[in-house]
Amino acid sequence: MSVSVQEADFDVGAEIAALSAGRPEVGAVASFVGLVRDVSEGSNVSAMTLEHYPGMTEQALEDIVAEAGRRWALLGVRVIHRFGLLMPGDRIVFVGVAGAHRGESFAACEFIMDYLKTRAPFWKREETPSGARWVDARDTDDSAAARWSEEWDEIEQRR
Amino acid sequence: MKVKILYFASLREAVGCGSETLELPGEIATLGALRAHLSARGDGWQALAGGRNVRAALNQRMVDAEAVLAAGDEVAFFPPVTGG
Repeated sequence: MSVSVQEADFDVGAEIAALSAGRPEVGAVASFVGLVRDVSEGSNVSAMTLEHYPGMTEQALEDIVAEAGRRWALLGVRVIHRFGLLMPGDRIVFVGVAGAHRGESFAACEFIMDYLKTRAPFWKREETPSGARWVDARDTDDSAAARWSEEWDEIEQRR
Repeated sequence: MKVKILYFASLREAVGCGSETLELPGEIATLGALRAHLSARGDGWQALAGGRNVRAALNQRMVDAEAVLAAGDEVAFFPPVTGG
């Protein structure tokens, strides 16, 4: 289980390979890569700056990964989130999850992204032809995270 | 008691300040009370007023308005997060 918050880019292939290197018990590695798009809310985006809360960011990501580890039997998790100035096409975030089978790897990867979107203290500022603007949080991000807690409540009730 | 207060992103720009250390008046015991106290400074500080979409952390963990403050705490106010 490892979390990095950094300005530097990362090597997706190397990160995925590292999740199963020397671990023959790993049968599935699921991964997600988030990228900067060149269009947002109908405007062209020429650059994006990601601000974060040093210290809390790492703690929040570690908490999210630990929660995923309580929900599924995972063999490895890697989360990388960049900050600073990024251009369209640049990688922003990587989540990789290693498990014995694809079910828990897919689920935990999606869970980590959904929670990261609402719990990790990052803020995006976009450069557009009409000036710079802070990106507004989306209600769909809250509902994406909320469905995991509803699902969890249902599981608890069945016990 | 003294607390350190941090502001991030659009909220930092609205209040014109990234961080401060503040000696709290005795009646301020919770994060919600601190927020109301700060918003009463007027002008850009009204971005912290009730009804505005503001999130908060206490010692680097997200909390709600009922969270109780202690001397030496690190408090942060910020807009809803937009990472990922």
